[in-house]
Order: sequence, then C-alpha cells, then structure tokens
Amino acid sequence: MSELKFVIEKSPRIARLIHDLYKDMPEIEADRAELVTESYKQTENLPIIKRRSAAFRHILENIPIVIRDGELIVGSNSVAPRGCQTFPEFSYEWLPPEYETIATREADPFYISPDTIRRLENVHPYWKGKTVSDLAAANMDPEVLDVFLNHGIFTVGNYFYNGVGHVNVNYEKVINCGLETYIQECITELSKLTRGQGDYAQRRSFLESVIESCEAVIAYARRYSDLALSQAAACADPARKAELLTIAEACDRVPAKPARSFHEACQGFWFIQQLMQMESSGHSISPGRFDQYMYPFFKADLDAGRITYEAAQELLDCIWVKLNDLNKVRDAASAEGFAGYGLFQNLIVGGQDEHGLDATNDLSYMCMEAQMHVRLPQPSLSIRVWNGSPHSLLIKAAAVTREGMGVPAFYNDEVIIPSMMSRGYTLEDARGYCIIGCVEPSACHKTDGWHDAAFFNMVRPLELVFSSGMDKGEQIGPKTMDVLEMTSFDQFFDAYKTQQEFFIEMMAQADNAVDAAHAVRCPLPFESCLIDDCIANGRSVQEGGCHYNFTGPQGFGIANVADSLAVMRKLVFEDGVITMAEMKQALRDNFGKGATNKRAMELTTEAAKMLDAEGKEINADLIKAIFMGFKNAAHISADKKARYDDMLKMIADVPKYGNDLREVDLFAREVGQTYTKPLLAHTNPRGGMFHAGLYPVSANVPLGHQAGASPDGRLSNTPIADGVGPMSGRDVKGPTATANSVSRLDLGDASNGTLLNQKFHPSALAGEMGLEKFVAYLRGFFDQKGMHVQYNVISRETLLDAQAHPENYKTLVVRVAGYSALFTTLSRSLQDDIISRTEQTGL
Amino acid sequence: MANYYDQTGRIFDIQRFSIHDGPGIRTIVFLKGCYLRCRWCCNPESQEYKLQELTMNGTTKTVGQDITVRELMEEIAKDEVYYRRSGGGVTLSGGEAMAQPDFAEAILRACHDRGFSTAIETTAFADRDVVARLIPHIDHVMMDIKHMDSVKHEAFTGQPNEKILANARYIAEHASHMVIRVPVIPGFNDTPAEIAAIARFAESLPGVHELHLLPYHRLGTDKYAGLGREYTLSHITPPSVAHMQMLKETAEREACKLTCHLRVQIGG
Repeated sequence: MSELKFVIEKSPRIARLIHDLYKDMPEIEADRAELVTESYKQTENLPIIKRRSAAFRHILENIPIVIRDGELIVGSNSVAPRGCQTFPEFSYEWLPPEYETIATREADPFYISPDTIRRLENVHPYWKGKTVSDLAAANMDPEVLDVFLNHGIFTVGNYFYNGVGHVNVNYEKVINCGLETYIQECITELSKLTRGQGDYAQRRSFLESVIESCEAVIAYARRYSDLALSQAAACADPARKAELLTIAEACDRVPAKPARSFHEACQGFWFIQQLMQMESSGHSISPGRFDQYMYPFFKADLDAGRITYEAAQELLDCIWVKLNDLNKVRDAASAEGFAGYGLFQNLIVGGQDEHGLDATNDLSYMCMEAQMHVRLPQPSLSIRVWNGSPHSLLIKAAAVTREGMGVPAFYNDEVIIPSMMSRGYTLEDARGYCIIGCVEPSACHKTDGWHDAAFFNMVRPLELVFSSGMDKGEQIGPKTMDVLEMTSFDQFFDAYKTQQEFFIEMMAQADNAVDAAHAVRCPLPFESCLIDDCIANGRSVQEGGCHYNFTGPQGFGIANVADSLAVMRKLVFEDGVITMAEMKQALRDNFGKGATNKRAMELTTEAAKMLDAEGKEINADLIKAIFMGFKNAAHISADKKARYDDMLKMIADVPKYGNDLREVDLFAREVGQTYTKPLLAHTNPRGGMFHAGLYPVSANVPLGHQAGASPDGRLSNTPIADGVGPMSGRDVKGPTATANSVSRLDLGDASNGTLLNQKFHPSALAGEMGLEKFVAYLRGFFDQKGMHVQYNVISRETLLDAQAHPENYKTLVVRVAGYSALFTTLSRSLQDDIISRTEQTGL
Repeated sequence: MANYYDQTGRIFDIQRFSIHDGPGIRTIVFLKGCYLRCRWCCNPESQEYKLQELTMNGTTKTVGQDITVRELMEEIAKDEVYYRRSGGGVTLSGGEAMAQPDFAEAILRACHDRGFSTAIETTAFADRDVVARLIPHIDHVMMDIKHMDSVKHEAFTGQPNEKILANARYIAEHASHMVIRVPVIPGFNDTPAEIAAIARFAESLPGVHELHLLPYHRLGTDKYAGLGREYTLSHITPPSVAHMQMLKETAEREACKLTCHLRVQIGG
C-alpha cells in the first residue's frame, strides 16, 4: 500500500479568498466595451492588426484595476469578483434581448446594473455590421446558414459569437525570457524585411502590433506595481504591507523581464493567463504543462532555501483561486452548451517529456493538492498517464477523484501520442502534448487547433433518413431512398452515411466561414506572439501563422446511432417483427408518449405546411387542434399505444453498446467512423486539415432537446448519450464492461479528443484498498487503449439533496463533460442528465 | 477423463467488477443450489438447484442457467486485464459452490490454466472428500462461521454445525489463505458472548488472521415475495454502527486472550 504523498496544510488565506470570490452573483461590466469602441473609432484608417493592438493598449491603459483583499497573485479583468467584460467586436446582438432575464436565467446567470446597460447601449450601435459574427454569416452559403441557425444538426455558435481561445501559449518562454525579449525579436525581424517584398506591409504591421501589445502588457503590470505600492503605504498591518511590497516588486519585474523566483514566475504566468482573456473573448485558454515549466523556479528557490513547500503550495493555491476569478458571459443557448461558467482552463500534470521519459515532479503532486485545497471548478485539472507513470502519482490522483469534484481527468499517452503523429505532429511535439479545453490534445505553444469548432449531433442525420432529407417542411438534406422502399439494412446504413457526409461538409463550410471572419476582423497580436511560429512567419494565429493548424469539430451520439442502427437491422430487416412504416410512424408519434410543447409546435408547423401545399384551408382552430393532438398524443389510439409499448420492449431487448459485446461494440466503432473519416477530407483557411473529436461538452442535453425520437427507444427532445460512452442506463454489466466496450472504438482516429464519463459511488473508492483498486481499474482500461476518462464520485442521494436544497451546496463541484462546474448553477435538465448516468458501485 | 472445459454446471449470476470480496478486482460466479436455508439469506433464489421463476417489479424471469466451463471462461476472461493489474481473479459463490464439486473443480482448474487467482465464498457444508478435492485449486477461502451452538445453528440455517467446524479446521490446515466471515444477525448471533465464541474458534485455526463481521442487511427481502415465499425475519433491523463496533472490540479482546493473531474488521 502506498502512502499518500504531498499532503500539505492549507493556508487560512485560501478560505478567505474563496469566500470573497463567491459572495455575490457575478456581474457584467462595461469598461472594456467602452474602451474598445473608443479606440476603434480613432483607428478606422489603420490595418486591422494595428487597430487590434491599439485597442488592446487603450484598454490596458485605462481599465480599472483592483487588488483583492489578501491576494498574493494579482490581476483581475473586472472589479467585481468573478465579473466579466464584454467583447462587442465579436458579437453583441444577443445581449440586449437578455438584459431583463440574464440575472434569473437557469444556466450561468449574471447581474447587470442599469448603469452598465446604459453604457453598453451607447456603444452597441457603432458595431452594427462590423462584428466577426456579421462577417461570418455573410461568408456562409445561405443554405448552410439556414441549417446552422434553424435545424439543430450542427452548431458553430461558439466561435460565431465569441473569440476562439483554445490555445496553449509559451508561458515558459515569457517567464524565462520576459516580454522585452519578444520585442527585441520583433525589432530583429523588422530589420530583416526588405521594402520590395510582397508581404512587407502585412509583416511590418503585424510585428509592430506585437511590439505595441507587449509594451501594453508591461505597462499594465506596472500599474499593478504602483497600486500595490500605494496600498502598502496606506497599510497598517505590517504583514500585509510586506506582502504588498513583494507584489509591487514582482509586478514591476514580470512579465517584462525574466522571473527571478517562484513567486515572480507565478505572477508572470498569471498576467499572461489573465490578459489573453482580456484580448479576446475566447475560452479554453489552457495553461497546459504547468508542472513542467514552473518546476525549475520552484526547485531553484527550494535548493537555495528561499521557499518552503508550504509557501509554494500557498502560491499555487492562490493561482487556483485566481483561475476562478476569470469569467465570461455567453448567450442563453451557448450557456446551456457550456453550462457552469466554464472557462475550461486545462492544466495538465505528469506524462512523458519530449524524450519519452517520465516527467512527474513535486509540482505534479502539489497541483493535485491545490485542487484538494481550493475545490473549485477551475482549472480543468488533468493528468497524463502512461505505462511508466509512478504508482504514487496515480494514487494521489485517485484520492483527488474520490473527493467527487470530477477531477483530474485522465489521459492516455499511449493512445494520444500515436494519434497525434498520424496527423503530422513530430514525435517530440506529440510526446510533449497538453490538453486544450475539455479533452483536446495539442502540441504545446505551437498549435492553433480550432478545437471545439462545432457540435455535430449524429442522431439528426438518422432522423433525416426517415424523411429523405426533409426537415420542418424543407428539403435540407439529400433526397435519399424512401425508407419504405428499402429492402436491406445496407441501404438504410448507406442512406445514413449519405446524410451524415452531406451535413459534415456543410459544417466544414460553416466553420471556415467563421474562421475566415476572425482573420479579417479580429486577429490577435498578443496571443500570436506567444505561439510558435507567428513572429517568424510575420502573421497572426488567425491568418495561419502557427506551426500546426487544425479544425476540430466534435460529434456526439455514437451510442444512440449505434443502438438505433442495431435495432433497425435486427427488428426491421432481419426479424421483420416491426415494419418500416410502423417504425417511421412510431418515431413521429414519439412511441405514443406525446410531445413537448416545442416539438409539438414543430410538428404542427410541418403539418400546416403540408396541408397548405395540398391547398387545404388552415385556420387558428385547426392549428390549435393539431397542436394539442401532438402534445397529448390524443390522435393515437389505445391499441396503437399498446403496440408502441410492445415495440419499446422489443427494442429494449436488442443488445446495446456498452455491455462488452464484441459485435455490438465493433458496430459502434463503424458508426463512429462515419463521423471521423469523412471529416478528414476537408481543409481550413489556415492551411490545416479537419479532424474529429468525439465529445459533447454539455451540448448533448440542449441539442438532444432539438432532436426527435430515435429507433433506439430514446424519446423526442431528451438528451443524447454524452460522449463515447453508452447511453445512460443501458450499460448494465459494470464499469469494466463499459470500459472494454469503449476501448473497441477507434478512439485514436478522433485525434481531437474523446470523452468518457463514468460515475462511481463513493463506496467504490473507500479506504486505501479502494484507491488501489481504482488505479488498477484505470490502468486496465488504459492498457486496452482507452484514451480519456473522468469520474463523478458523488452519491445519487447527495445530488438529489443538492437539487432539493441548493442553498446547502453552493460550492458542490461535479464533472459535466470535459470540465467541472458548480452543480447548483447547472440547468435542471443538465442536473437530471448527470444524475441519470449509470452509477458504478462496485459489488 | 473427459475434457473439464466441457463440464456443465448451473449458475444464477455472474458479477463483474467485484471489489469488496477478496483481493483485487474480481468476477464472482454464483452457483445455484445450497444445503443451508439461512433465514436471512439475501439470495434466496440461490438455494434451490432447480430453475425457478422470480418476479420482480412486475417482470418474471427464470433464475438459473446451465453453462459449460468453456462458455463461462469466455465471460470470465473479459476482465483478464483488470485481474492482472489488481491482483484479482475469480470468486466462486452461491448458493454453495461445493454442492457442484465437479463443476467447481473444473472452473477452478480452468482459471489456474489462465493464471487467474481463485477464491471461494463457502459455508463448507460438504463432504470431506469434496473439500479435499477443491482446496488445492483455491487461493483464497472466505468461509462463514455463523454460530458455535449447533442447535441454534440448525434452527436458523437448517443444518447443524459439526461438519462445518470440522471442515473449517481442515481448510485452515490445508488452504493457502483463509478468512472467517460472520453474518451478524440480530436475535441469532449478535450478542457479545456469541461473537466471542466465534472469535475464539477463529483464533484457534492455524493460519487464520482475519475475521470479518458482516452486518445484516435487508437487500434481498423483496426476492422472497418474488419467489412466492415468506420472509421470516421481517421483524429485525440491521445492527447499529455502535453495536457492530462493540462486537468488533469484543472479538478483538477475546482473540487477544490467546495469541492475538486475529485482525477483526467490519464488512468484507
């Protein structure tokens, strides 16, 4: 039995910082929106990249700054704790209609003051027609835009409305060299330019914008230095006064110059992390291999006797708290897809170095200890696991897992490294990978992965097979063979593939339309200088300046589609116990269970269009009758309902994915490939390729609500399976069977990441034996090439109690999907989805 | 002798990812049929050898299936990687595995062929030659001692305990590893004196270092109705945590009067 390493006492400061951070509902602030607008109005004649750096400088020179009580690491984007700024240059039109409701909406509410509303209303008119969102819409083919906005098959909403984020930058270089080095590099590059070269102006503008951005960041840090000095002068408490003087010294030094201590390295790291967020509205800006690039500073201080483990732990804990101070407001629909105020700042420990040797160090353990101390949703803590990972590190990770916060997420080097190499990463870059956002592998500080580029609901193309491409009365997909004429399962599966590939191509066009709009309207000079090789290439990340470029949209619903196709093959085509016409009608009738209001409205619209096309008269009473009929399934006879119940029983008896049945699982693998393979054919405007992720964030719930019933017996407008895992409740053979099934998918082909959620009852991890067995279980899954897994270890009773008494569970953190969030801030339907995931008790 | 992989036997369940019964991650194979009729039994459908209908939540299903060792090994082997990582393996339970000795022996041999560790949960109510045949193939024996008084034992389980106690000593002398387990049943064996007696006996067994006190629970009670049977212990309630703790201390104290080798724990 191994002892638990690095159990370090928690400083009382941390509890106070957390208490202050969570006192109030987060608030929206208007300062950034005002400042960016002021700057843009003065720079209309400049190239866009210079407008961006001018605006960035204007914001950093003027935005209010604050040092919160007791902080050791400083720098906040908002005066209010957990507050947020807005980014009208990306999109703004969704916000005004939500002024009234945003403080009370179900997912991620924000307070907004009347004064803030007034100030935002003053600047919004300037942006009409000028946003990334406007240009992205114009770049899209009209039918693509229609499918994206109105048909719930895929959504590219994330980057359509927001910045992209989703990068790891070179923190290591900033803290080791300082931003002044970057400025020098740009000056050198400028001196190499010749006026006769074709891209002279573009390169010059870019390099100048980098210089301006770096200078702005240095000046911003010095504003903090001055503020700390003035607060120190007024501070009566000598201990705090000394802390403020240390802060002042650090902020004067970094990130301009190389950090000289662990404290300065932490502060330098933080300014980069914070200000990347200020520059763009992207999320998933991921610290990556924090334990690697911070370790030399810790070790040097430790060896010189300048720091203790306890003091270093306190600084780490402070960073953990600060990561929760950053926040972002999204539109109501996106907030459901990314529920829980997620910023997805993925921080990963352990794994191999670029030489293939184990890289675990003291900080790997202390990062997990920080999680035990702080217990908040950010960062998205991850751990890389390989055959050579120390047992004690995994035991520590298991102990954190047992706390029920859903972290760390576990990643398997043995799958991810070859998977990345298959997409063109070098062996060294692949070995050095980090994770971006939820689950997306990426080469550290070299990649613009456009991870999380879109959600693709694999269940919707299946619906369109039954209607030969018709949706809501429109022919939006290919006119595949009428299902009633099909005589073989292959015809059915082929029709599915045809629909799927058609919409995958549409999604690629939608992504590229958005991608191109970012390059034209919001290139990011500060982010660009921090990622290789933008300075050398003389162009921004958004214009393809990075070393590696990808677009990674994620599909979900493998389990539902695989189970549905298995049902069709067995019951309709092989056994003939359900006719195709019956199945088609059953899906329309939602198996006799009635429809939600939303679904009933859609069906009514469709019916009305058909009646209209037939020249029938339509009036309000008729519409109402049709609507109520759909809602109550009133038009369905008792006999028919009984037959539907029989059908559901037969469907339930067809073997399902997730139960370690080789043939069924291999069929799910093939279904997964109908998404991952066709994507590879598409390219993006930055010179990169598309590749697939298989994970839903939390979109399986809202997008499930937009999908009709499916042949696997899933009722209409209910959640889709939540990753590469089986459908909730259908895996009944225990966690090893589930893990074995998942291992049979072609996970490595989803090189943009896969996601498996498992839920364990706390009793399964009880005691030292529980931890040992858990680690053995995890190793067994990864031996079989599992790629990623994360655990919710909270009893069902606890979650039900938290639903009933949210006031008692203000900081209950649970795993959602690729990230953790405060349970009580999630929408009711997402809460229900988490509760319904199959719970593994260990028997 | 016929190939033992063709041996057929009767089981009523296979349970994977079992982590509270024996070392590591285990697959439990539940064999059908038992000589005892313990009144608290949480698997009443395990007692009869014959196939039975069990009705739960309005659905009736047949309990019991005949299976060859070859077929069974396919299912068992699915978790091979987890056995290796955890030092786990296969546990025979029941019912009473020793009531199907040919089948039990064949499974155990097949497991050892594959290098899987073997364990058994047993009442040890079996003829000595059966015990002697099986023990060499078993790495971990988890054996119940329910009561030291044979009359009371028979009243609550349908069988006297002499054979069981004698087999316990034989197994202790011959098995590589043995744990004694006591289902603590209110009104049957939950007094300090009764637990102390069992602890003394366990302490006296050579090589036995662990005594597990398993508190009575009601998880199987619905199944009695589902089988059309009466549950005769509906009046008792699970022992409190404090009571279990007191019994644990009693057992420890008692064992220490002798050699103090016995570690007592609550739960498996």
